[in-house]
Parts: sequence; structure tokens; C-alpha cells
Amino acid sequence: MTGPAVSAPPTGPARPWALLAELTHACPLHCPYCSNPLELARRSAELSTGQWADVLRQAGELGVVHTHLSGGEPLLRADLEEIVAAAESAGIYTQLVTSGTGLDEERLAALTAAGLRSVQLSVQHAEPRANDRIAGRPSSFAEKERAARLVRAAGLPLGLNVVLHRDNLDAVDALVELGEAWGVDRIELANTQFYGWGLLNRDALLPSREQLDRARRTVERRRRQLAGRVDLVWVVPDYFDGVAKPCMGGWGAVSLTVAPDGTVLPCPAAASLPDLCPPNVRDRSLAWIWEHSPAFGRYRGTEWMTGPCRECPRREEDFGGCRCQAFALTGDAARTDPACALSPDHHLVRDLADGGRPEPPPYLHRRPGAAPAAVHALAAARSRNGGT
Amino acid sequence: MTPGADHPWCPSLAPALMLRHDAVRGTDLLVMPERVVVLKGHAGMVVGLCDGTRTVPGIVGELAGRFPGAPVAATVPAFLDSLRQEGWLT
Repeated sequence: MTGPAVSAPPTGPARPWALLAELTHACPLHCPYCSNPLELARRSAELSTGQWADVLRQAGELGVVHTHLSGGEPLLRADLEEIVAAAESAGIYTQLVTSGTGLDEERLAALTAAGLRSVQLSVQHAEPRANDRIAGRPSSFAEKERAARLVRAAGLPLGLNVVLHRDNLDAVDALVELGEAWGVDRIELANTQFYGWGLLNRDALLPSREQLDRARRTVERRRRQLAGRVDLVWVVPDYFDGVAKPCMGGWGAVSLTVAPDGTVLPCPAAASLPDLCPPNVRDRSLAWIWEHSPAFGRYRGTEWMTGPCRECPRREEDFGGCRCQAFALTGDAARTDPACALSPDHHLVRDLADGGRPEPPPYLHRRPGAAPAAVHALAAARSRNGGT
Repeated sequence: MTPGADHPWCPSLAPALMLRHDAVRGTDLLVMPERVVVLKGHAGMVVGLCDGTRTVPGIVGELAGRFPGAPVAATVPAFLDSLRQEGWLT
């Protein structure tokens, strides 16, 4: 009944399932927790249509079956339809990850004709003005509302993605209501991860424990109500739970990220690790990068672990947590993630989680060129706090 | 179509889903937003018959013809029902 089984060689790492394709770092939104790196890739450095098509072909051969076509805002790529078609012909399921800005009926029809399978739409708040303030773009909410309507009319599955923080955690109930009203299939409520832009804006974004507890109870109640209709996903706030998240399902274990300029990373935040020397699809095949590059091998498995991780019974479950967070908070990416209560550095997050909440500073919105000044501001803030 | 005496259920794959063979891993997969489900054994073949034209007894009959002696009548309807409850078959 099946074709010949072609398994991965027994010595190589298990093959990746998913590819995050950051097609561009250009974006009409300026969210202060953006997962893009502080150094945003210039448009002139982006891979061409043909290069993306080749990346997707190689990814399919490597075992990738699912891709998030993301950004920045992927709709800013005029060749997005061709990239979707390339994924489809490589047998890869496509999900568009969009802010909604720039999606009209004609564009969606062209994308669907090219093989687009599903859409994930970001929302910053349930209240339009608050949404637009966080996104740093007037009219953003109205654009999202329209995009949601178009996607539903086209019959594609639609998910909402909401990054949660101090300024929208109290709106979780309203956000779920919004998702229902927009007819979505899935709502992902993802608590902010504090690296890159999120770390820069941590004082503005960090919620209180009470806020989180209220939101968590709301999600549990709503999940019971929505069972079988809307999938409600809660991505844990790792600063507060004392448990490290199984970041990316392990380093180089399940998925890979290709940045706009062709840099290949085990996760989108890994560009922040200064000595990683990440490989690039312009120089090497995706298969070589996955199987043989030092960057992907560095924190794969458990051999590299230090501190309490080495003997921990959970080391195959959480993989030591997040390398980028360990680096951002301790300066050493091989240390146990400070989010873990067993980490010798856990006080770094516990003090923040349980500390007071002074008047928050204004957002430092994500914009090209904002980073150098922002990094300087971060260094100044750290020296004030006596941190690393 | 709503199942009932006059309109028996003819299972078909929900529009969000993709059924495909994975030659790298030698298995069949159901791929959907945010999720991949590995279909073991003959599960992929059973799902492949859910094209909206066959009734459940029709699918059972076809499989019984392909696999004489296999307990398809006892297992396949429950399997299809579990996929419908997941929202993967409509």
C-alpha cells in the first residue's frame, strides 16, 4: 500500500518536520515584542523567488511537511504566490502568518489558487484603539477585521495569534469573544517571550502574577465552553511558572528557520547568539546544514548540557529550556535556562516575576534602524539594574 | 451532508487537511494547521477512501474485499467516527 520506505540514515539526526520561512523583515506593524532579530535584514539582502523555491524543494526532500510563511509581513513579497506554489509542489502544507495588512480579495484568491492552505492572523488587542497603539499602526485593527472576513469567505482555516503581555492580558476574555465573532478555528494566546525586542521592552510588557492568574482562569473557563468548536491554546509564561519551556521541541530536532537573507537557524531568536556562525542556503545545502553544520549540532541532544540539566530526569522533555534566553540573561547559552526553578540563575526571573510593577516606560517600537539606539538603551538599563 | 436514514454519512476529509504520503519517513500523514498526525498501518488507505462518495458500509465493503479475513467491520466504523469527532472528517 505504501511506496518504498526511505528512512533517514540511522546515524544522522531525525529529519525536520517544519520550516519557518521569514520571507522578509519588512513590516507595516511595529510590535514591541517582535520575534525578528534586532538587526533586521534589509530588503536588498532578501533571497530571490528562485532561491526560496529551491529552499522549499530542498526542505521537502529533507522531510519538511509544514511551513509557516512569515515575516515581517509576507504579503509585502510581491512573489508570495510563487513561493506558495513552490511549497505546494514540494508537498509542503502552507500557512500564511500575517498582520492582515495588504490582504484583499484578489490577493487572497491568487494565494489560494497557488495552493495556500491556511492563515494565521495576528491580533494585538480586542479593542481597536488599543490594538493599533500596540501595533504602532493606525487602522491596523480594521485591516485585520477585513482580512478575517475574507479568509472565512474563502473557506480557509483561520487562527488568531495574540502575544500576551501587561497591556492585553486583562482583555483575554474579549479576545476570545473576538475570535468567536470572527469565526476562527483556533486562538493561540502566547505569553511574550523575552528576548530580542521583547527583552528590550520587558519593563513595559512584563505582567503581574495576578494578571496572569486571572487570564489563566479565564482561558480554562473558555476552553470548556469552546470545546469542539474553537481550539484555545495557551503558551506558558515561563518567567512565572518555574518550568523551562521545551523550546522548539529541542535544538535542531523538529524545525528550522530560514531568515530573509538565507541564514538558517534552529529558532528565529538564535540570531542573537554572537558566536553561532549560522550557515546560509546561499553557501550550503539545507541537508548539510541540518545534518552537519556546527550551528545545528551545537545544542542538539543532551551532551552539551551543564549544571542541573546534566542529571535532570526532565532533560529529554524540556531540552534544558531556551538557549537564547540562557544567553540573554546569563551571557552563556549553554547554561540551564534561568526560567527553570532548578537553575542557579533562577533568581534573575523570579525577582522580576515577583517584583513590583512601577509605571511602565513607553514602548520601543520595532523599526529598522531602531536597534542600535535600543541596544544602547538596554545596556544602560542593565547597568542601572546591576545586571549582566 | 447531515447523516440520517435518507442521507447516510459519506465521509470526506475536512477542507483544512492534507493527506499525503511521506517518502522520507515511509508513512502516511494528515497535515493540518499547526499539526501533523502520523497515520500508522493501513489508516492512510482508509482515510484515502473518504472522498465524499462512499458511505461507511461502502468503505467497509471495499476494504473487506482488499483484505479478506481482516476485522474491518469491527474496527473501521469506530475509527472513522473518532476522526469525525476530531473534526478531521466531515
